[in-house]
Amino acid sequence: MREPNMYSSESLDAELASGYAPDVMDLPPWDKTTVVGAPVPRVDGHDRVGGTAVYTRDVALPGMLHCAVVRSPHAHAKVKKVDISAAKAMPGVHAIITVDSPEAKIPWILTGRGALSQLLDPHCRYEGEEVAAVAAETPLQAADAARAVVVEYEQLPMVVDYEAAAKPGAPKVHDAGNLPSPPRTSQRGDVQAAFATADVIVERTFHTPCELHVPLEVHGSVAQWDSGKLVVWDSTQGVYAVRDSLAIALKLPLSSVRVVSHYMGGGFGAKLELGKFTVIAAVLARITGRAVKCVLTREEQLRCVGNRPANTITIKAGARKDGTLVALEGNFLGASGAYPTGATSAYLLQDLYTCPNVRVTETSVLINAGQARAFRAPGYPQAAWALEQVMDELAAKLKLDPVEFRLRHVPTVSQVRSGQPYSSTGLAVCLRAGAEKFGWAEASKRPMTKGHVKRGVGLAAGMWGYAGAPSATALVKLYPDGSANVNSGAADIGTGTKTVFAQVVAEELGVPVEKVRIEYADTATTQFAPGSGGSQTVLVNTPAVRAAAADVKNQLLALAADELKKDIATLSVKHGAIVIAGDSKPVPFSALRSLGQRQQLVGVGRRAPHPAGKVALPFAAHFAEVEVNTRTGEVRVIRYVAAQDSGRMMNPLTFENQVLGGVTMGIGFGLTENRVMDRQTGKLASGSWHDYKIPTAMDFPTDFQFVAVDPHDTECNSVGCKGLGEPATIPAAAAIANAVCDAIGVRIFDAPITPASIVNALASKGGR
Amino acid sequence: MSDRGKKGPREEQPVSRRGFLTTLSTSAAAVAVVGAAAPAAADPPRKDESEPTRIVLNVNGRKYRLGVEPRETLISVLRERLGLIGAKPGCERGECGACTVLLDGATRYSCMTLAVEAQDKVITTIEGLAQGEELSDLQKAFIHEDGYQCGFCTPGQVLAAEGLLRKNPKPSLDEIRLGMSGNLCRCGAYGHIFKAVQKAASTRTSGGAQ
Repeated sequence: MREPNMYSSESLDAELASGYAPDVMDLPPWDKTTVVGAPVPRVDGHDRVGGTAVYTRDVALPGMLHCAVVRSPHAHAKVKKVDISAAKAMPGVHAIITVDSPEAKIPWILTGRGALSQLLDPHCRYEGEEVAAVAAETPLQAADAARAVVVEYEQLPMVVDYEAAAKPGAPKVHDAGNLPSPPRTSQRGDVQAAFATADVIVERTFHTPCELHVPLEVHGSVAQWDSGKLVVWDSTQGVYAVRDSLAIALKLPLSSVRVVSHYMGGGFGAKLELGKFTVIAAVLARITGRAVKCVLTREEQLRCVGNRPANTITIKAGARKDGTLVALEGNFLGASGAYPTGATSAYLLQDLYTCPNVRVTETSVLINAGQARAFRAPGYPQAAWALEQVMDELAAKLKLDPVEFRLRHVPTVSQVRSGQPYSSTGLAVCLRAGAEKFGWAEASKRPMTKGHVKRGVGLAAGMWGYAGAPSATALVKLYPDGSANVNSGAADIGTGTKTVFAQVVAEELGVPVEKVRIEYADTATTQFAPGSGGSQTVLVNTPAVRAAAADVKNQLLALAADELKKDIATLSVKHGAIVIAGDSKPVPFSALRSLGQRQQLVGVGRRAPHPAGKVALPFAAHFAEVEVNTRTGEVRVIRYVAAQDSGRMMNPLTFENQVLGGVTMGIGFGLTENRVMDRQTGKLASGSWHDYKIPTAMDFPTDFQFVAVDPHDTECNSVGCKGLGEPATIPAAAAIANAVCDAIGVRIFDAPITPASIVNALASKGGR
Repeated sequence: MSDRGKKGPREEQPVSRRGFLTTLSTSAAAVAVVGAAAPAAADPPRKDESEPTRIVLNVNGRKYRLGVEPRETLISVLRERLGLIGAKPGCERGECGACTVLLDGATRYSCMTLAVEAQDKVITTIEGLAQGEELSDLQKAFIHEDGYQCGFCTPGQVLAAEGLLRKNPKPSLDEIRLGMSGNLCRCGAYGHIFKAVQKAASTRTSGGAQ
């Protein structure tokens, strides 16, 4: 609903300043832990492997109707006439809404300048924009009726090529033009003067593809009204964000909107905001008096609900002979889609390496295609693709080892955040430990392979510049039998959030993991948590969970001291029992009469603000070995080492899994994924998984290792963890690009590196 | 996944409509009935287009008598009629494998299989792998190795692995990668999925379970 600003580096400090007043228990950092950090299997594993987990897609309510949406087949068109007479008469049809219905006017894309669109907009600005919707008794009946809706369009000039859209005279996506805001420029130092002092300068232009999220569960919602109040099951990463926007769209009090997202099948950023399908389901449910399910098809998902915007990035970098980076300049152009959103991020260029003189310009341009959304580290993999290749070229010109060149420029302060020091920075350790595990010193000195299959190695570093929104509340309840319940509004999007919550309670309160139940992601019954995105879920919520568990523990120890007539200072908790110092017989929680009388103890925990004057961010360094077939152009990633500084490793199983996933996604970004739009018609040409290729089991390297670099950060938060999901994907594609260059001796600037681009690059160099 | 799309032996003798409906036909004959080129002898035209086709499905050891539209896919019938939500619709066009089930022990995309095609086959869904609440060794291996993230592709991954292990009880890592390559995991948990399959294979071949 609202204009997302997750790309903007200026907005980052606002998150640092927000947060609750410090009424939070001031917990000392854990020293040694026994349950946190252990490879605890998922608490919900049984449901996930047994097929019993109920996703939004699986929700079925009595009398529930199914929805199908009529969408513009044109990239840019005005609806002249909609005829629903045939569709209305079809079997099973209960209701149809169109651009002519009063509900169509619900404002959409709210900005400071007013709403840019509406729920069903007669001005369709991309192929797939919503025009009408049908509710019928079965999914097939709904689809049949949607096909029977006759829409007359007037086609308008359109543009899907973002570089063309940025030029004067291009067809206008909106009347105000294709550049909704002026280019954003930021500078520190004197870049021009610094380039004059540089002995070596590299300037390159890179292209990165539009990448699609394609979570396995497509977007969808089920809506049901109950006495004027709305209940929505939504496949979302953030129930509270959806609730807030839904309340605005339907003019309801927040308390009248309940959003539930228990099991959800992947999001990667595409499910952080309210979707039109949710509002359509709610509107049709109100009209029909029945529950309505609106689930997109895979084709709709590919077109309409987000993407990683394509970028064109030019980087100019200058260094002195002694190997000092003196100036960086970056020009970023990104494709927002049909509605404004920041489509680039220059953050990496500004903050990954120490450099006194940096200038960046960022431009986002509108095109006639689906709007971009946050996608696993918005803007960062694009920037890493460019920056990390330029760093390698500079190192080569300076005759420096690329690990060594990067190590010379590891900052201890955040240059973007006015020189504030990091609470911890493991970037140098990531580079060194990763290089050691990979055997970089030896591998990087190998001469070029003979024969047509060439091997090469490469590395890239990265960081993630979002520290998380530190406002979250959690409850922990302890029951008389010594079992516990955690209550948090955070969504577990597959990262293992629930499991980590159980581990935190077990660690702090001494209740075994298997006796902890998790209630989560329901705005009516669970406590506020920000959306599970931006690599913030664990670092924002676990300190709140820990504080709640500590609150319960303190209440419990006070009860026990009273009941057992002991000094509270001699009491502690372990394995579900009160341990009395100097007494060998622990007292199980269930044996405490006073706990039985109270029936439950409730602890409340809140997330403390981020540390004042410090910046807590995660870092990474990735190393890849590839095999390139110079005859076919095929690239295989055969060996990989990922070193991550994400603070404390909460659970090695889920930690490694995040890293595997990040690297796999990076392989797709670097080698196979590319949304292709037909420039003549503005239609999506890669509208299936056969044409939009994501990595399969065959693409994942058989030799994969990760290194968890834990800098023992005692300042970032009371749990000591930093983000992981995003930094695990940021450097991956760039590391592969550098390895390809090492293998074949030619650098490829545009992602994805396809067999054709390899063959062409070798041919233009004059033979393979 | 070389068995995908493999048809059963074609039954040559003419089948009366009544006989077809009650005794079940082979999948090849069932396809012919709904296809445009259906032999006239096998299927007199239906009187009413909205009249459902009566079929019997053998799912997880139970027989279900159902009236379905000929165009209804197996996944749709499993989920919408039988409430077996373990088969997941990821694409509904044979690309992702989230809907994988076993037909006569071989892996099959249930979104690319018409319900009428699945008659006379032993259909196993994820719900049929466990004994009550007791998970199979393979399912336990997925939990032990954290062979999933969001879990939406997981029932399909487990069944693809089950089909692979029935065909090849001692797969090499490369055979596992190939065998699992018809099932997409966007979370990218492939590395852990391989470990889960390896663990189950070694449990089974060492006589651990099942």
